[in-house]
Amino acid sequence: MERHYIHIADFCKNHYIEESFIYELFEYELISLKIDNEQKLIHEEELPRLEKMVRLHRDLQINVEGLDAIHHLLQKNISLQAEINLLRKQLERYKKP
Amino acid sequence: MEFIDYYKVLGIQKKATDADIKKAYRKLARKYHPDLNPNNKEAERKFKQINEANEVLSDPEKRKKYDQYGKDWQHAEEFEKQKKAQRSQSGFGGYTYSGGQSADGFSDFFESMFGGDGFRSSRRQRQFRGQDYQAELHLNLTDTLSTHKQTLTVNQKNIRITIPAGVEDGQTIKIVGHGGPGFNNGPAGDLYITFQVKNNTSFHRDGANLHKTIEIPLTTAVLGGELTINTLNGKVKLKVKPETANGAKVKLKGKGLPKYKKEGEFGDLFITYQVKMPSKLTEAQKRLFQKLAETNL
Repeated sequence: MERHYIHIADFCKNHYIEESFIYELFEYELISLKIDNEQKLIHEEELPRLEKMVRLHRDLQINVEGLDAIHHLLQKNISLQAEINLLRKQLERYKKP
Repeated sequence: MEFIDYYKVLGIQKKATDADIKKAYRKLARKYHPDLNPNNKEAERKFKQINEANEVLSDPEKRKKYDQYGKDWQHAEEFEKQKKAQRSQSGFGGYTYSGGQSADGFSDFFESMFGGDGFRSSRRQRQFRGQDYQAELHLNLTDTLSTHKQTLTVNQKNIRITIPAGVEDGQTIKIVGHGGPGFNNGPAGDLYITFQVKNNTSFHRDGANLHKTIEIPLTTAVLGGELTINTLNGKVKLKVKPETANGAKVKLKGKGLPKYKKEGEFGDLFITYQVKMPSKLTEAQKRLFQKLAETNL
């Protein structure tokens, strides 16, 4: 288990970020945490998402409410893009004899 | 090396105040931030430019130097040497970089003007993860039939990667730790490779399935027959059932493309029959059709 989980305290220390920010993201269900014997851990697969939130928060001063809105809009964007790609492929099949 | 007009990059006047610079930077950063523009290289490039412009213009010392030497940046080094000689002690650690580009991805213009000492002193103790790199790899559809290894050169380094069979057009894979080097012992960034798969076959691809339309003579459609078709794995004999309708489809199970990361599993090949209507009939053929017509067919 230890190999795949990272202590929140370590993450915050390395990224110079307050732990309270991570818990706020957790409250907004933007990331998932594991609480094990009072230790708060994050799975390594969640790291890219968390790092993205940290970058947006730090670079653009976006608060958690803003990050939540951005997250939903980006998800929507991804699914729309996937739909466009699928439709393009289907259209291509009809175009060619 | 080209001169970069940092004022133009931020869309501000030369007499802009610190507040104007901050406002312009924030506005553009929100527009072009790479996390808000996934897979948009142009946005990434602009974001780097506006960061660089902000790095210079928001620092009074750097701004002064830029304003003074801007277009004559070649003389800036001389200026720096004189300045260093005047200082009894240097307050900076003096970073060294192996490549022509810094960990933050600043331009050669920035490097030549501000060098290692030019980096933000307030953040120099912090660790930063290296920049993520984006690369494109062009393949033919037939290259995706089997898993194979390929050596790529990314930023003058050779990387041997495995290209899994069945990879799709536009699909991106992440190679951890092969991006830009970290800053202050921070971890290296990742390398994202997007595959551009060119269809060099006569099939249409739909995921792991393939589609093809084949013309068959009217007589074969009516009476049935046998066809030999080329698949991506060789020739296959196909029986056409008697009374096959125009547009009828047959499925050749497992004759499609390999399924991505599912070893031994393949998609299917769908053949659509297009019945070719006869033209330029001979008199004898016309008579035969006449006879058929008399049977109320």
